[in-house]
Amino acid sequence: MFASVGRYVLNVLNEVGGSADMLRSCVFWLWRSKFEWRQTVEQSVNIGVNSFGVTALTSLFTGMVLALQAGNTIGSIFGDPIFVGTLVTFSLVRELGPVLTSVVVSGRAGAAVTAQIGTMAVTEQIDALYTLGTNPIRYLVIPRMVAFVCTLPVLTLFSNLFGVIGGYLVSVYALNVPGEVYLTDITSFVDIEDFMHGFIKTFFFALMIGTVCCYKGISTRGGAEGVGKSTTGAVVTTIVLILVLDYFLTAILTAFGI
Amino acid sequence: MIEIKHLQKTFGEKHVLKDVNLNIPKGKTTCILGGSGSGKSTLIKCLIGLLEVSGGQILVDGRDITKITSEVKLAALRRRFGYLFQEGALFDSMSVGQNVTFGLKYLTDVPEKDYPKIIKEKLALVGLREDVAKLNPSELSGGMKKRVSLARVLAVEPEVILYDEPTTGLDPIMSDIISDLIIDLKAKLGVTSIVITHDMHSAFKIADYIAFLYEGNILLYGTPEDFRKTDNPYVKQFVTGSSHGPIQMKLMKE
Repeated sequence: MFASVGRYVLNVLNEVGGSADMLRSCVFWLWRSKFEWRQTVEQSVNIGVNSFGVTALTSLFTGMVLALQAGNTIGSIFGDPIFVGTLVTFSLVRELGPVLTSVVVSGRAGAAVTAQIGTMAVTEQIDALYTLGTNPIRYLVIPRMVAFVCTLPVLTLFSNLFGVIGGYLVSVYALNVPGEVYLTDITSFVDIEDFMHGFIKTFFFALMIGTVCCYKGISTRGGAEGVGKSTTGAVVTTIVLILVLDYFLTAILTAFGI
Repeated sequence: MIEIKHLQKTFGEKHVLKDVNLNIPKGKTTCILGGSGSGKSTLIKCLIGLLEVSGGQILVDGRDITKITSEVKLAALRRRFGYLFQEGALFDSMSVGQNVTFGLKYLTDVPEKDYPKIIKEKLALVGLREDVAKLNPSELSGGMKKRVSLARVLAVEPEVILYDEPTTGLDPIMSDIISDLIIDLKAKLGVTSIVITHDMHSAFKIADYIAFLYEGNILLYGTPEDFRKTDNPYVKQFVTGSSHGPIQMKLMKE
């Protein structure tokens, strides 16, 4: 039992070390080589644009369910569904927007990144890149990392917007809260710091998703089964790390008054 | 041109290459023979810097390449080598034409306007028509994949080509076509070739020199004629492809 715990810890440390080394290589190649614009734009479309629909839908319904729960709960306590706009927007921009968008992007685009790079690793395409004078970090990893870091915050902005719209629809049409009241609740009580709190988190989430998914892909061994394991491992790891990171980022940002 | 001295490579507890000593002469074809899992691919991956060696030296024109730690210098070294992968390792997200010219972008200063001409020229060199350039790798047969992969190697005009089991998985006729291609390329371009194989027919046809790798050491090095005449029971058994002999006995002991 001690042996298996030890092996597990060693394996985790090995992966953390490998990911850190990959990040170091990213920084090295980012400044020393021509930037892969075409690859980066392609990956931004794959990761960002193609995730827009699913993140928008998720946020719309999250906003709707938040409004419904908040309206019914507050209504049963105070008689009227007050501050629904505040509650929905506050929850979305600080927590649910960044976290849910990151989870959805990790499941959709992160898995695809690991599977693609993993398949390239097991079919020797990564080795072929080396032999053709191309560092895979420069050609494969950096464009994907940049794509994650550039698109996830933008997706989160839209997610927040769709969530607020979802909350608005439920408030106005199901809870009979006047639209102006819903919007005034938002503008009066939610300020720029709340928005920044969530927005800053997305950059860290994006960097983490990019690092884990690319590293899992590059370190894939063992054919089709290995690709499957890496992909599952990448999604599980990123989802867990999003939640863990969220707690620590919340604590740090709050300590800085954001 | 290439001197391998006391090369060692271990994976954990496993000593794949124990003490490999080998000279690869310039402009000649050297075949490295050995059974499955004997470390042939490991050896050429060490040569091109895809694997870090555990000990020994690899001298290319007198310079020990195992001492190169800079990624930029390693990339410059790889400019001189071409590697034909066993399964081709074509980039499946690109067309055949894009695969062929991939290395040009990173290894050479050839302007993009010259790419169509180079695609046509290199595909012709490996016996393929120009219209293949538009296809995706998934639309190619095994033999065509290897030839496209070879065209990709040739596009960057390397001094040394490493062939990793070029005839494995191909029918006898296609194997012979690939063997002829290797001979043609040596004659036309004067490249130094290192061929990893266990296809004896192909080895005898293409090799100027043959090295037999067994249990992490070079057991015999010589001309094809030396291999035909050898009394070494290990080499003899491998050359004749017999299931009876010391190699089989060794396997049974394990």
